[in-house]
Amino acid sequence: MSTPRRSFLKTTAAASAAASLTAAAAPAAKLRAAHQEDVIRVGVIGCGGRGSGAVGDAINAAREAGTSPVKLVAMADVFEDHVKGKHDALKRQFGEQIDVPEDARYVGFDAYKKVLEHDLDYVIIATPPGFRPDHFAAAVEKGVHIFCEKPVATDAPGVRKFLAAVEKSKEKSLKVGVGLQRHHQGNYLAIADQIRDGAIGDIIAMKVYWNGGGVWDPRKSRDQVSGEMEYQMRNWYYYCWLCGDQIVEQHIHNLDVGNWWAGIKANGSDPVFPVVCRGMGGREVRTDKKYGNIFDHTACQYEYADGTQMISEGRHQPGCWNSVSEIAHGTKGNVSTQGRTRIYHMEKKDDGSYAEKIDWAYRGRNDKSPYVQEHIDLQAAMRDGNDYNEGYYGGMSTMTAILGRMACYSGKELTMDDALKNGRQLFPYDQELSWDAKPPVLPGEDGAYEVPTPGVTNVLS
Amino acid sequence: MRPLAFGLLAASYALSQGAVAVAQEETGDGAPPVVADMPKTAEPGEYAQTAAEMKAYTEEIGGTDLTFKMVPIPGGEFTIGSPEDEEGRGEGEGPQRRVSVSPFWMADKEVTWDEYEVFLLKRDEQRRKLAGIKPSQYDLKADAVTRPTKAYTDMTFDMGHDGFPAICMTHLSAKMYCKWLSEKTGHFYRLPTEAEWEFAARAGSQTAYHFGDDAEKLDEYAWSDDNAEWTYHPVGMKKPNAFGLYDMHGNVNEWTLDQYDPNFYATFPADKVTKDPYNIPKTIYPRTVRGGSWDQYPEELRSAARMPSTNDWKSDDPQIPQSIWWMTNSTHVGFRVMRPLHEPTEEEKLAQQLIPRPEDVPEWGLREGFIDD
Repeated sequence: MSTPRRSFLKTTAAASAAASLTAAAAPAAKLRAAHQEDVIRVGVIGCGGRGSGAVGDAINAAREAGTSPVKLVAMADVFEDHVKGKHDALKRQFGEQIDVPEDARYVGFDAYKKVLEHDLDYVIIATPPGFRPDHFAAAVEKGVHIFCEKPVATDAPGVRKFLAAVEKSKEKSLKVGVGLQRHHQGNYLAIADQIRDGAIGDIIAMKVYWNGGGVWDPRKSRDQVSGEMEYQMRNWYYYCWLCGDQIVEQHIHNLDVGNWWAGIKANGSDPVFPVVCRGMGGREVRTDKKYGNIFDHTACQYEYADGTQMISEGRHQPGCWNSVSEIAHGTKGNVSTQGRTRIYHMEKKDDGSYAEKIDWAYRGRNDKSPYVQEHIDLQAAMRDGNDYNEGYYGGMSTMTAILGRMACYSGKELTMDDALKNGRQLFPYDQELSWDAKPPVLPGEDGAYEVPTPGVTNVLS
Repeated sequence: MRPLAFGLLAASYALSQGAVAVAQEETGDGAPPVVADMPKTAEPGEYAQTAAEMKAYTEEIGGTDLTFKMVPIPGGEFTIGSPEDEEGRGEGEGPQRRVSVSPFWMADKEVTWDEYEVFLLKRDEQRRKLAGIKPSQYDLKADAVTRPTKAYTDMTFDMGHDGFPAICMTHLSAKMYCKWLSEKTGHFYRLPTEAEWEFAARAGSQTAYHFGDDAEKLDEYAWSDDNAEWTYHPVGMKKPNAFGLYDMHGNVNEWTLDQYDPNFYATFPADKVTKDPYNIPKTIYPRTVRGGSWDQYPEELRSAARMPSTNDWKSDDPQIPQSIWWMTNSTHVGFRVMRPLHEPTEEEKLAQQLIPRPEDVPEWGLREGFIDD
């Protein structure tokens, strides 16, 4: 690989000039030695398990593609223990590809800005979802390529902010990857081809699921933290302004597949998004006050402009029927990722009963991890200069999930237009955040948070 | 180990004073005490002291409706590995050596999700609480065993749950389950060594499969890539081997205790019988799984076939550090439990890594879930 680095780098003069703003310029300068021109320099904002995982995926992507090695050069997180712990873990695993001197490991709510001061090829954004619109916009402003985790926001104003930044990123020809890795996964790509080729006819309805036992339990109790802000940040999954709720944070993957398939039906290629949604949900099992203010189950019915239906279930209740999958029912057959990825129709047997008859099944073996593949694809676009921007559908699939959450919280039928225009703000975008700042939701006297009540809760501003 | 007071004759009710004492403590809210599940009446053979006394028995998982069957595997000598001309022979199957194994019982089926989830989700404790039942002394010990953190996605991968084999657990998780099961039942359960596993699988045969060399017959005994339709199947659907063990070939691979070393047999003397060989692990990878699976070709299901574990089995775990409990991609790996006739001492268990050691469970490994704090 001998493409000069510069051909797929900075598109703004300001960013090119930023190389020596920090002490990290010393090793950076070393990397500019002629024989080491070919290095992909990455910064990471948000050093939880996923941020570190994405760094590993980026490094492995370059290794597997046999292209310029990736170097991590800057890290940011609000928690010092995250930065330190993850730096050491990554260093142990990847050695010299982790090149982050102590003064390039930034801590605090404004640490993301300092990472963006570095001369980066691309930045990984993996903070809790509520922060992503601002972090993404700042990265676009700097003119770096971006890998942004999903979901890209937790509320409609955040999605609008994100989509505006996506427009800017296109003007700047930035490459944008969004962590909806099914778009880079062998069986899903094969299904898309099958649907495009008419294998199941016209899709009539889809069913999408992320039903599981739940994620990590809150890790910090009140007596282990400095105050309310840290308490919520440490336990971020359970606060809607930070996480978006399970339907947004996890189930987005399956809703996004529905949008992808509906788009193949509608126009042959680009995802389309539902126009209306009704839903119901609540907290039945995960009721303790330590579980913040999110639901433990949601069920939604979405409709697309052409009448295509999508039924969705998201659940975090251990010991129930679990499934993380998508099914589409078409005029000629059905496609399913439940268990083996396959296309089938129902066939009547001699005794009058019906059984599934498989018409096509995915036979890929040893596919690359989609988490690595999405970085291979992003890096290839950076190198070759091809258009590559997953921002629009990343933003709109996030909004699809937010629309569902709003429908469940309120109990009302909502349109996408209304939700996107008038959806309530949850994240304090204009507030200077700090450990002393008040989070946007506070517990009552008994330590419990207000949980949405369908029929009562207003989700529109 | 169950105290000897439970005895060989143990119609346990008369003898289990410990449990009765626990059961008669006042409940906190002044409700009348409820008598806990008592240890069940012993079955013939369960308390065997010699190989001759060993019989099959059914073990109950206290506080649930679940039972599993243990069948006796008499100790004995056999030839480990495969001859050089065996069809489909893979790495590490030679040189063939004479090996002897001590007597043990082995579960006739692979551990199911139903059983594994009692451990994962503390289903027994849940049920006791709902029913207002006090825990027995066994329950209390079992409750204290470390549990895996939650998996971020559905680890059945939609292939089936009730009656299907548990999969995607790390070696550590499988060992931790055995530790929990031991506390829960008062019998010492662990994973088999490779030698024990192969002895049990062969059941006296020296052929490629326990029923002979003809892979054509495999369909009667095993789920493989040939007939499994890309999914695992409920345990015990096919014919068992001569010991009464189901799915030793296929369905899911089964964890053994050993570090995988393709040259291990070469370290055994050629002119002597090696007693109870076991390659104690020094590193997390590779360790050995045996038996092949629904996702492998028939020759990979042979009795002698060995498969090393690899970190690739976690390739879709999206976080760093990756879980010490789950392997997102080992949908072809499960396990079954065994119980040696003679229980080792606690020191031996630790020294030989028959049970998890404290250092196997780092503090960070206990933090829950998908997105680490």
